[in-house]
Amino acid sequence: MAFKGVDYLLIDSQFSEQELMVRQTARQFIDDKVMPRIKQAWNEGQGFQDLAREMGALGFLGANLEGYGCAGMSNVEYGLLMQEIERGDSGLRSFVSVQGALVMYPIMTYGSDAQKEKWLPKLASGEAIGCFGLTEPDFGSNPAGMKTRAVLDGSDWVLNGEKTWITNGSLADVAVVWARTPDGIRGFLVERGTPGYSTSDIHGKLSMRASVTSSLAFSDCRVSQENMLPNGKGLKAPLGCLTQARFGIGWGVIGAAMDCYETARQYTILRKQFDDKPIASHQLVQEKLAVMITEITKAQLLALHCGRLKDEGKLDAAHVSMLKRNNVAMALDCARLSRDLLGGNGIMDDYPIMRHLCNLETVKTYEGTDHIHTLVIGERVTGIAAYK
Amino acid sequence: MKIIVAIKQVPARDSQLKIQSGAQWIEEDDLTFEINEPDAYALEEALQLKEKHGGEVVALCLGPARAASTIREALAKGADRAIHISEESINGLDTLAVAKLLAGAIKSEAPDLVLTGLQSDDLGYGQAGVVLAELLGVPHATIIMQVSIEGGTLRVKRELEDGWFQFVTMPLPAVLTIQSGINKLRYATLMGIKKAKTKEIKVLSAADAGGAGTAVSTLDRVYVPLRTKVSTIFEGDAKSTAAQLVEKLKFEVRVL
Ligand SMILES: Cc1cc2nc3c(=O)[nH]c(=O)nc-3n(C[C@H](O)[C@H](O)[C@H](O)COP(=O)(O)OP(=O)(O)OC[C@H]3O[C@@H](n4cnc5c(N)ncnc54)[C@H](O)[C@@H]3O)c2cc1C
Repeated sequence: MAFKGVDYLLIDSQFSEQELMVRQTARQFIDDKVMPRIKQAWNEGQGFQDLAREMGALGFLGANLEGYGCAGMSNVEYGLLMQEIERGDSGLRSFVSVQGALVMYPIMTYGSDAQKEKWLPKLASGEAIGCFGLTEPDFGSNPAGMKTRAVLDGSDWVLNGEKTWITNGSLADVAVVWARTPDGIRGFLVERGTPGYSTSDIHGKLSMRASVTSSLAFSDCRVSQENMLPNGKGLKAPLGCLTQARFGIGWGVIGAAMDCYETARQYTILRKQFDDKPIASHQLVQEKLAVMITEITKAQLLALHCGRLKDEGKLDAAHVSMLKRNNVAMALDCARLSRDLLGGNGIMDDYPIMRHLCNLETVKTYEGTDHIHTLVIGERVTGIAAYK
Repeated sequence: MKIIVAIKQVPARDSQLKIQSGAQWIEEDDLTFEINEPDAYALEEALQLKEKHGGEVVALCLGPARAASTIREALAKGADRAIHISEESINGLDTLAVAKLLAGAIKSEAPDLVLTGLQSDDLGYGQAGVVLAELLGVPHATIIMQVSIEGGTLRVKRELEDGWFQFVTMPLPAVLTIQSGINKLRYATLMGIKKAKTKEIKVLSAADAGGAGTAVSTLDRVYVPLRTKVSTIFEGDAKSTAAQLVEKLKFEVRVL
């Protein structure tokens, strides 16, 4: 069934016609191409990489970037796109986020002209897939401690180390890998098939099952000097990418929350208990629906405000921390409340709720855990960095 | 080849309709509007013909200011430019007036082919395309399921009743009224949506389009069909009752 949107507070009136058209394309695409197969994809642990080219042709990959075949959307349009994609599945949204915000964005921002020309058109069209390697087995929340190293040998960089939890890892034609050099942390483009570079998939995930997650290993992996991103240096370079992706997450999770809420709303109206009355007629049930729609509405306004600020060039990383932290927690709460309202059916894969709930546990952890974003906000208001 | 596609903006298909006091039309204030479904297929057919034969697709819309959003959607999907005959009270127009205005806007364009939807989802007369062809003095064919063009000749497949089809060959220029489902609708790409802003929309008044003239038919009253409850009990064995049920679902309830 076609999704009609969730708009309690007439927030649609704040979107331009073009923004709504972008949302409509994304909404239709998700209803047509993702909803019919998400249950199977999840159960079989299959990613959606076969949709890459179609999404590329529609402009979904690197949508808020300009040039090289990218759609040049505003950040609000990009946010609405993420919202609709994650209404489908957080795993698909991860695929699109990584491609756009964590691979295309750093190449666009820190890359050489040759790197941009080589990779951006192919990444935008979905002909090539990318991944982003920052996290390591021993360094998750604290990437500053990374052990992966790159040393210059003649005109080549030689990489050694391991990355883990890498979305799209084994699918990627190109990996953006962050490594320590004598000169600080730098980004490298490592192509699939480079000797000394291997990947292995992580199995047994009970979250993000419709997304591929891998480990990357570098053992005397040689890449030429032209593969280093020349214009980004230090940890702030990968963190700059994460700010882009987190912005998209802040919008995306609203979609997951909407899907849970809307499923629960419809279910409680149809499901009857006690004297043939819909369970939605009970005050305790209505309270949960009221809480959810209120929280979704607040999250929509937060996301919209952040989107407008970003379009004005005024959104900074600490703002994005508030957006990511609040909206992910909101979506998780909605998933749990909705799960409850469906009773036993709530745990079944015929309904999307348990899948969103499990996915959102990852979304809470990746791209800066809830704790870390709390501490970023804490630092902003106190001037004291508690995580260091 | 120049193709003009006439598109209409109508209330979204799942709308909750309320009748205006005075019963002359429906309340429009809380409705969302979208492209008339068969017109979306007509537009898609035009875009596919252009991809095959080259040329230009012009979207033509008669409607109030709000119809601009449907026009821009057509541009986003790939129409090259648009003509908007801006008229706030189209619900008071009869088919002849609608066709006159469309013909008035089309004549100076001298298109090779005009496509319309088979009918509009709101009024459902199914006449605009036919009358338009008459006013333009060109041949027409209705309920089109397939279009091919070879050397200036048009060959079309018409849907008849009961699973029958008819193939018709006709010269260009011509008017075709397109049936829903003839092709697979495309999405507006994000690039297309952005590009739409730069495409021309020529706005005409009804007078610019030659005027609507006087109505020869008038809309008397809009009302909700009266509900009459009839129960049918099928007689016979399981096989024949099942067959009767399928018959009803197919041809009366039309859900199959
Ligand atoms: C499915 C999935 C996909 C992923 N995709 C990618 C990817 O594409 N690329 C990539 O680089 N990474 C990716 N990640 C990794 C992700 O970013 C990390 O898991 C995340 O940064 C947390 O690191 P960790 O798992 O090592 O947890 P830890 O850092 O060990 O954290 C464990 C707990 O300790 C808390 N904690 C740690 N330090 C502090 C502190 N100072 N104060 C308070 N609490 C603290 C955390 O908040 C958390 O609750 C992905 C992860 C998953 C699960």
